Amino acid sequence: MGMTLTEKILAVHAGTDQVKPGDLINARVDIALGNDITAPIAIEEFKKSGALTVFDKDRVILVPDHFVPNKDIKSAMQAKILRDFAKEQGLTYFFDAGEMGVEHALLPEKGLVLPGDLVIGADSHTCTYGGLGAFATGVGSTDLAAAMVTGEVWLKVPESIKIVFSGTLRPWVEGKDLILYTIGKIGVDGALYMAMEFTGPIIETLPMAGRLTIANMAIEAGAKNGIISPDTITRDYVEQRAVRDYTFFSSDPDAGYAQVLEFNVNDIEPQVAFPHLPENTRGISEVGQIIIDQVVIGSCTNGRIEDLRTAAKIIKGHAVAKGTRLIVIPATPYVYRTALKEGLFDIFLDAGAVISPPTCGPCLGGHMGVLAKGEKAVATTNRNFVGRMGHPESEVYLASPAVAAASAVLGLIGGPDQL
Amino acid sequence: MKTSGKVWKFGDDIDTDLIIPARYLNTSDPEELAKHCMEDADPKFADKVSESDIIVAENNFGCGSSREHAPIAIKAAGISCVIAKSFARIFYRNAFNMGLPILECNETDQLNTGDSLSVDFDTGMITHQQTGNTYKTKPIPVFMQELIQSGGLMNHIRKKIQNNQA
Repeated sequence: MGMTLTEKILAVHAGTDQVKPGDLINARVDIALGNDITAPIAIEEFKKSGALTVFDKDRVILVPDHFVPNKDIKSAMQAKILRDFAKEQGLTYFFDAGEMGVEHALLPEKGLVLPGDLVIGADSHTCTYGGLGAFATGVGSTDLAAAMVTGEVWLKVPESIKIVFSGTLRPWVEGKDLILYTIGKIGVDGALYMAMEFTGPIIETLPMAGRLTIANMAIEAGAKNGIISPDTITRDYVEQRAVRDYTFFSSDPDAGYAQVLEFNVNDIEPQVAFPHLPENTRGISEVGQIIIDQVVIGSCTNGRIEDLRTAAKIIKGHAVAKGTRLIVIPATPYVYRTALKEGLFDIFLDAGAVISPPTCGPCLGGHMGVLAKGEKAVATTNRNFVGRMGHPESEVYLASPAVAAASAVLGLIGGPDQL
Repeated sequence: MKTSGKVWKFGDDIDTDLIIPARYLNTSDPEELAKHCMEDADPKFADKVSESDIIVAENNFGCGSSREHAPIAIKAAGISCVIAKSFARIFYRNAFNMGLPILECNETDQLNTGDSLSVDFDTGMITHQQTGNTYKTKPIPVFMQELIQSGGLMNHIRKKIQNNQA
């Protein structure tokens, strides 16, 4: 039997010709990633292991992005652990201060994660890089520590689910809506332990930003990884950025899938995930009247320049509704500078938005936009669990940049067509 | 290896923000994290829980973030084992790597807060001490058992390094 894209990447990294779902493998990692929340534990474990140096200083990447710029003394101490370790180990890729961006937006942009790679990161949204045709999965700090020492990780080869999108996209429907719709259909454990392979005519023409958004949220269906077959869109994205060679893999025609789901996108309108799970999705026409206090546009899911352009296009000439706060967070310094040059900041500032430096910040209730008791927010982020953005009695509604921008102007949840 | 304790019962999709809210992730100190374990699901949990108690839940326990602070908080709160119908995969890995025993059991809907259980990790058998009912759990994969026998992933690695240096 043939192999899926995921199986091929795992086989190559395990040094074998063939793997099948359920196989336990020890695989070589191309990149091991940590952030300011997860890396301090990994660094402590690394030191306890007796290892003196990381397996490869070009392949261990640290990005303090969650609670930085340091939000309090404890966070400052955690970020300092990364700073000291990066210096001591001479890590080539340590992104701090003005070079720092939200890790999963930053690494693809810098050409540090590439098609055919096996990437592990101590952050659940590491699965983002599947948008490039890499196998990428989130692990805990101890797994990261082990990989920092050995350059290897043990993995169970996952079964794959194939998700095929065809039809014609409706206006304002983008990657975020497709993945929210999928999670709404299969549930937050619908792909538990599995690989989600996204394919079909819609994916084949979807720009890289949308592909990264889709792969980013595979974890919200419980998946081990999300993946998209690399093609000319991938090549156009990576060839100017890649710091290493890369390999395109694709699934064999006779590869085995545990399940195949086919969605006709003609039926999909812009989606909103209601509290408190990403599976609680509704089409924008079924939302009803929900007045909001805050809108966040940013994160590893939707903080790229394409997302800010969409938001600016909708907001241009409008003002943020009275009583609503719009927070725009460019995910990386490149996104920040490009938005500034293109005049997007003028549009946001004229509308009454606040612009934050790159950070994960409010996505996980860290800083830069924490919600009070009873407050409601629309966010382009990826999770709407209880207390995710602040007080346990606050609410987060997940949506695309287009819906978030329109909602900021309306002061309630709505789509661009309502402006 | 065996344990016994009182059940604290939770439902489906207990996410890592419920287990340990991100607002407390500015530290990785187990004792600090334990104070806020399960806080947004049950604000008094940390005060009520006793040493060796057992968390029982339904499907997809530990979904969400990769934060190892979640199993750390549970373990430091005194919980001796988590039993659920299924676990989210990163939580599953982390629990083994941290040495927090977890068991998959399809019959957790028959268990409630306040029940007393004894758990035999070698046979995978759970016994309800009040009713005498027994429940089977899914066997732990051999590879994971080896990890536990080595004392977790990092001890496994440490042994490897020592062997290489020898």
